[in-house]
Amino acid sequence: MVGLLGHNGCGKSTFLRIVATLLKASAGDCFVYGANVKSDGDVVRHHVGFFSHVPGLYDDLSARENLAFAATMLGFPEADIDAALERVGLTHVAHERVRGFSAGMQRRLSLARLILQRPRLLLLDEPYNNLDVAGIALMNGFIRELNAAGGAAVVVLHDLVPAQGVLDRTVTIRDGRVHTPTAADLRHGGDSPQAITLPVGAAGIS
Amino acid sequence: MAFRDDVRRIRAIVWKDLTTERRSKAGFSAVAALGVTILVLFGLALGPDGKALQSAAAGALWLAILFASVLAFNRSYQVELDGGALEALLLYPGSRWAIFAGKLIANLLFVLAMLVIVVAVGIVLFAVRVPAEWAALLGIMMLGVVGIVSLGTFYAAMSSRSRAREVLLPLLLYPMLIPVLLASMEATKAFLLGDLLNASGAWVQMLSLFDVIFLVATFLGFEYVIEV
Repeated sequence: MVGLLGHNGCGKSTFLRIVATLLKASAGDCFVYGANVKSDGDVVRHHVGFFSHVPGLYDDLSARENLAFAATMLGFPEADIDAALERVGLTHVAHERVRGFSAGMQRRLSLARLILQRPRLLLLDEPYNNLDVAGIALMNGFIRELNAAGGAAVVVLHDLVPAQGVLDRTVTIRDGRVHTPTAADLRHGGDSPQAITLPVGAAGIS
Repeated sequence: MAFRDDVRRIRAIVWKDLTTERRSKAGFSAVAALGVTILVLFGLALGPDGKALQSAAAGALWLAILFASVLAFNRSYQVELDGGALEALLLYPGSRWAIFAGKLIANLLFVLAMLVIVVAVGIVLFAVRVPAEWAALLGIMMLGVVGIVSLGTFYAAMSSRSRAREVLLPLLLYPMLIPVLLASMEATKAFLLGDLLNASGAWVQMLSLFDVIFLVATFLGFEYVIEV
């Protein structure tokens, strides 16, 4: 997993959104597993799973219905839904509307959607927000599983602590460009001993 | 295979939109109430003069359908904007046109359900004599609704990312809908006043032509307006 670090507004989330085909880059090219995000958006979307800081759920559908909708849109069998709900600990509220869920429960349900999808490339925008310790462990467990299966993850972080143990390297972005970190950046990045600048060529992105 | 996948996605979007709408309840009530209120106000303003009421019925009916529909179009994307669901929708693989088709069909069914109430109230309030060829009149109304919904769904998508979307949508939509509204109103009026094929025929042809143009243009253009 590659961690993206940088000050607020430096372009970390924008970068993830460009890779996910949600934004169009004003200049340059971006390829995911060989597919150009500008011209082959649909191919890219088959590979990419995006965990945004907004849950992307429908309040008036139940947890199970939200996942059933996602499964249909993704072309995956609904049979996996119960297992995904059980894994994120939401089986007991499977038939309750998302409107009544806490922020943490909504994050877990979003994670269940990613578990259903099993993307090759996971893009995570501040994934640990609103997650309790058990939720963080779930998230890290899923990332490890994905890595073991040959997948990759890019994560936008402000706090490195929850990602310790799953983070392979970090990249610092400043003003939309990869930046060699200064001592201040390293302090900002917490106590990670691996805060070094690397090209974003990892994780299938070039 | 890809087409079958898109059909499956369309069905999922229609189901999702109608289910959320049915459960929220407030949406349909507000839209239907607005339509009925417009008709009641028109009816009260025109007074008890039966002839005046009948000649104004078509215009009042289409105005009620238009204003109530705009409320419905705004709501249809509000559901997607709450909690960032639009982002998630755009991240699913598959053709963008399938998203538009799903939204369009859901909006069409929603507006048709509202139409049933508005027409029923209109018949009573405006003392409309239902013609024996009511099925043809229903066809005219369907053509009008298809025109309004196709353009409304398209412009609602276009304005959905704007903070001023509730103002922007009518500003974009109303001028573009003038030909559809004019043709729908004139065809309905001619029909209600007993001119079955002569006067209404030309308007129906014009309405059909605009429906085809709007449907083709909106399906082709949706991909570009929904992208950021």
